[in-house]
Amino acid sequence: MTDRLRIGFIPLCDATALLVAVDKGFAAAEGLDIELVREVSWSNVRDKLNIGHFDAAHLIAPVAIASSLGLGHIKVPIIAPFALGVNGNAITVSPALYGAMAEAAQGDILDPMTSAQALARVVAARKVKGDDPLTFGMTFPFSTHNYHLRFWMAAGGVDPDEDVRLVVLPPPYMVESLQNRQVDGFCVGAPWNSVAVDLGIGHILHFDSEIFARATEKYLGLRQRWAEENPDIVRRLVRAHQRAADFAESEINRDEVAALLAAPHRIGVEAEVIRRTLDGRLKVSPEGAYRSDPRYLLVGRDGAARPDPAQAAWLYAQMVRWGQAPLSGEMLAAAKAVCRPDLYDAALSGSLSAGETPHASIGAFAGPQFDPDNIETHLAAWNIKRLM
Amino acid sequence: MDASLKIVIVDENPIRAAILRDGLHEAGHTNVTHIEDRNGLLARIYAIDPDVILIDLENPSRDVLEQMFQMSRAVKRPIAMFVDQSDTASIQASVDAGVSAYIVGNLQKDRIKTILDLCISRFNAFARLQDELDRAKSALEDRKVIDRAKGILMKAKNLTEEQAYALLRKTAMNENKKIAEVAQSVITAAELFR
Repeated sequence: MTDRLRIGFIPLCDATALLVAVDKGFAAAEGLDIELVREVSWSNVRDKLNIGHFDAAHLIAPVAIASSLGLGHIKVPIIAPFALGVNGNAITVSPALYGAMAEAAQGDILDPMTSAQALARVVAARKVKGDDPLTFGMTFPFSTHNYHLRFWMAAGGVDPDEDVRLVVLPPPYMVESLQNRQVDGFCVGAPWNSVAVDLGIGHILHFDSEIFARATEKYLGLRQRWAEENPDIVRRLVRAHQRAADFAESEINRDEVAALLAAPHRIGVEAEVIRRTLDGRLKVSPEGAYRSDPRYLLVGRDGAARPDPAQAAWLYAQMVRWGQAPLSGEMLAAAKAVCRPDLYDAALSGSLSAGETPHASIGAFAGPQFDPDNIETHLAAWNIKRLM
Repeated sequence: MDASLKIVIVDENPIRAAILRDGLHEAGHTNVTHIEDRNGLLARIYAIDPDVILIDLENPSRDVLEQMFQMSRAVKRPIAMFVDQSDTASIQASVDAGVSAYIVGNLQKDRIKTILDLCISRFNAFARLQDELDRAKSALEDRKVIDRAKGILMKAKNLTEEQAYALLRKTAMNENKKIAEVAQSVITAAELFR
C-alpha cells in the first residue's frame, strides 16, 4: 500500500535525511510517496504543518516547541519522532569585526569564552566612540540560532538585547546582508556560512559544536493528532529517515549525497560546499584556512536522530531566559513531550543505541551542567537574562 | 469608512499589490502603503506605524515580520498575527490564497476580518488572472511555432498555407498529439536537416 504525503522543507543541509529518504527511494521502499515542498520561511512551514497542508515538516526545533506551547501563534501540539540533525550551525562575522575581535582577544579566539569577551570589549569600545551597535542576523525568534548567539555573547558579558541588535533574516539572505553591511555577523546553518567565506565577505568564528557538544537543530515535525491517527505511517517514516541518515553518514556515499542535495530544487548550492559540511571540514577564512570538526553536523551518527527530551528542555529554558515564555513546570513537561524517543525506538525495534545520557547532552562551554529537570538552576547561573 | 486605518502591503509582486490596493481603496481604505523592497523592511514599517500589515506567503520576509512579536520594547504597539483559534476556516482560506495578515495594536477582530476576506478574494482573483495570462502566453507561443512549421512545410513540400496547416492537424490527430507539438517536431527536424 502506498501513502501519499506532503512534506515541507527549507533548503538547508540538515534536511539531508529527509531529502535522501525521498530522492534515494528509502521512502518509496516503505510505501511512502512523498511530495517535497521547498518553502521560503519558517512561518510558512509552521502554518502549513499546523493547518494540515503538510503532513510533516523539516522543522527548526524551537518552532515545534513554541507551537506546542502556543507561543507567538496558535497552539498546535507538534511531536518529533525523529531528529533531523544535531549541531550544524556556525557563527560567521565580517572580516572587519573578526579583525577587531582578534585584536581585542586576550588569548586564543578559537575559545568561545575568549571570543565572547573579545566581543564585549569591541562592543564597549564602539559605545565609547558613539558608533552604532553591532547587528547580528539569526533565522527566527524561536530558533537555535537566536539562542546560540545569545548564549555565547551573554557568557562574555554582552547583553543581546541592550548591547547589540539581533535581527531575523531568512537563511538564503544572510550572505547578501553581510555583503551589504546590514549585519556584522550571523548565526545560521549550512551551507550559508561557507557561502559567505567563499565570497570573501565572512569569517567563520565558531562552529556550533565548539559552543555546545551537542545541540538539537531540526525535527521531523508531525501534528500530534495526525501521528496518533497514522501510527503505521509514522513508523515507516522513521525507518525511511533512519536508513537515509545511515546512507548519508557513510563516507563512500558522500559525493552522491552532496550531488543530490546540490540540485536546484533541493538546496541549490555547489555540491563541493555541501560536501565540506557533511565532512565537517570547513574553509573558515577568506584567506583559505580550514578547520575540521567531525561533530560539525551529525545527521544520524552517534544517536543524533533519536529525539532527546533534555534538548527540548534546554530550548524551553532559553525561551524562559529571554522572556519568550513564562517559567512553568507544565510548560517544561509539554516541551519535553515534543520529543518522542519512544516512537523512534518502536519504529526501529530498539535496534539502535540510545545515544548519550540526556543529562550530559548539551555540554555548553559555559555555566553549570544542564539538568533538564531543574531549569531554575540553569537560569540562576546567569546575570544577563530577561525573565518574564 | 475606515480611511483612518493605516495598512501596509508587503509584496514583491507590484501587480498583485496594485490589485489589492485597488480593492482596499474601493472598500474605503485610502491609507495604504506598498513595500516592495526587502531591505530595511522593519525600519520602514516602524516609520509608517501601520495598524495592519498584509504579506504574501511566498515572501521570505514573513519571518522578519514575526520578529516584531518579540520586539515589543522597540515597537510602540504590540503586534500579533491575525489568528482566531476558533476560525480555522479563515486561516485555511488565507493560506490557500497565499496571504497573511498581522494586526498592530488593539484592533478589533471583526475589522481585520473584512480586510482579510478582501485580501483573500483579491489574491485569488490575481491567481486566476495569472493563470489566464500564462495560458494566453502559451497560446501565443503555440501560434508562433505553428506558423514556423507551416512555413517549413510550404517550402519543403510546395504546399499552400491551408494545406500545410491541414497536414499538421491531420498528423496531430493521427498521433494523438497537440498541433503545436507536431509543429515543434517539424521545426526540430528541419533544424537537424539544415
